[in-house]
Amino acid sequence: MASVTLENLQKTYPNGFKAIHGVDVDIQDGEFLVLVGPSGCGKSTLLRMIAGLETVTEGKLSIGGKMVNDLEPSQRDIAMVFQNYALYPHMTVYNNMAYGLKIMGLSKQEIDERVKNAAKILELTEEQLTRKPRQLSGGQRQRVAMGRAIVRKPSVFLFDEPLSNLDAKLRVQMRIEIKRLQESLGITSVYVTHDQVEAMTLGHRLMVLNGGNVEQLGTPIELYERPASLFVAGFIGSPAMNMISTKMSSDGKSIEIASDISLALENGGAADYAGKKVILGVRPEHLELSQTDNSLPFTVTLVEHLGADTLIHGHFGEDMTDLTVRVSGTHTVKAGDQLPVTITRDHIHLFDPATEKRISL
Amino acid sequence: MIENRPLLRIMSHLIMVAGVVLVAFPLWITFVAASHSEQRMTELPLPLLPGGHFFENLDIALNQGLWGGDGTGVGFMLFNSLIMALMISIGKIVISLLSAFAIVYFRFPFRMGFFWMIFVTLMLPVEVRILPTFEVVANLGMLNNYWGLSIPLIASATATFMFRQVFLTIPDELLEAARIDGAGPLRFFKDILLPMSQTNIAALFVIMFIFGWNQYLWPLLVTTDQDMFTIVMQIGKLLEGGEEAPQWHITMMTTLLAVIPPVIVVIFMQRLFVQGLTETEK
Repeated sequence: MASVTLENLQKTYPNGFKAIHGVDVDIQDGEFLVLVGPSGCGKSTLLRMIAGLETVTEGKLSIGGKMVNDLEPSQRDIAMVFQNYALYPHMTVYNNMAYGLKIMGLSKQEIDERVKNAAKILELTEEQLTRKPRQLSGGQRQRVAMGRAIVRKPSVFLFDEPLSNLDAKLRVQMRIEIKRLQESLGITSVYVTHDQVEAMTLGHRLMVLNGGNVEQLGTPIELYERPASLFVAGFIGSPAMNMISTKMSSDGKSIEIASDISLALENGGAADYAGKKVILGVRPEHLELSQTDNSLPFTVTLVEHLGADTLIHGHFGEDMTDLTVRVSGTHTVKAGDQLPVTITRDHIHLFDPATEKRISL
Repeated sequence: MIENRPLLRIMSHLIMVAGVVLVAFPLWITFVAASHSEQRMTELPLPLLPGGHFFENLDIALNQGLWGGDGTGVGFMLFNSLIMALMISIGKIVISLLSAFAIVYFRFPFRMGFFWMIFVTLMLPVEVRILPTFEVVANLGMLNNYWGLSIPLIASATATFMFRQVFLTIPDELLEAARIDGAGPLRFFKDILLPMSQTNIAALFVIMFIFGWNQYLWPLLVTTDQDMFTIVMQIGKLLEGGEEAPQWHITMMTTLLAVIPPVIVVIFMQRLFVQGLTETEK
């Protein structure tokens, strides 16, 4: 058990490419931190730096209060689960899990105990322990890879997109198992994914990375309810948040959504932005299909029936601003219909178009 | 492809039979000639069916040698050939495994320079560098011993190149997983790389064993002492009978003996050999 502390951690590759621009985070003992972002954002690099597979160019990395910048991966008291499992193909499942322990110099009895115990936690049968990895299904290989991490009894678990090679159904199942496992073992974990659903469901805290910078660090609910930037707003939530270019009224107390429709803001609005352009963000699930004084004339272009929900795509206004509405249950709306859509002020987000940062009200 | 066209099947079988006959007929003739008496082999037409002198000829070839010769058989030469072929194939595999390991997994100055230097030796087989190589071997006092027979043939770019390609197909994650498990470079080499290249090692062993066994020119140069002769060079010498008529039955028996060890190696390692050349999944 240990905390992991990153202080101004930076990575510059020999060819001059700067992959990580200084990350600060204090990962608590037993915490599950998820690094999330689009591909190429540096999340895997950051994880590999913690693992010791990439060198740290600048900054300080400590695990359990001990600086580990220059330690070999095996001396950092970590275990890692790889995207493609990285199981040794010529060894049996048992030996795959036991290999690291043998190198540690543990007794045969101790190794056997640990491997059997991990197999029990992961519901791997005795018979499966004698098989080679290629004789196992994807989900079983994933379990073995996790077993290899568990038997080391590390202070920190590192996961590098461990579920991305599994099919959708198995992914949901393994996600729950990882969550349960982490909670029961209480081991500090860092998990990399590009899948925002995985990130939201697994993490105690999420770190959204973009181009080697931290966009936001916070709990899943914080990120969902108060995204700090346009990037986070667009990344978290599916389908993505609707972004509408609007203008603040001259007194800064309301925004003008369309020519004759305006929306009064909470807490007296933002006087600094009076008369300026702002971006209004509103999630599809926070739009209401109802006729009010402020409702927008919305033209439906496409309807997606998900069963539990219905996604209605369309546009409004003279400049045909795209909008997606999510309503629960099934609806008989079809393309070409005209519907009134209302934006309420409870669930709106405003962003500065120049800095792309959130405007707090 | 699953097709049922009788004509096509007959044709492909005919072609295969023709191929087998083409390869097997000379071997058959060798076997037949080795089983007849000396006298029968001087008469025409040449026999096409085996005779009754096989074991007699075997005894002569192994223990007595040619009639009118020096009275030594070829038994010890088979042994010499075996030692030479084993030293060449095992030496090549060990050296090229290690050099490929260095080139693929370590970052050192002039790494690619070394790789290309090894690669260039592909253009310089023994036949091309035979005089300087002989000079070196002679100055090192390695004439007439196993070292002289095998060492100059061990340096090999083909094997190094092949193992380099094999190692490049092994995913980096395995190295990383091994590092996290605490395996050092040599441990990774021994526990992960070697078992994973097993089939390639077997394939290379077969090729190199036959290559070493069939060496003719080089043993002819570096051995003057009859105790160090190899079987393949002896076959050539058997026909230099001078005044005597060639003793085909003994010559053919010797040839037959020379063919057997490579055949055994191929038969026993065939499965691994084919896997090694075709397998790509790691």
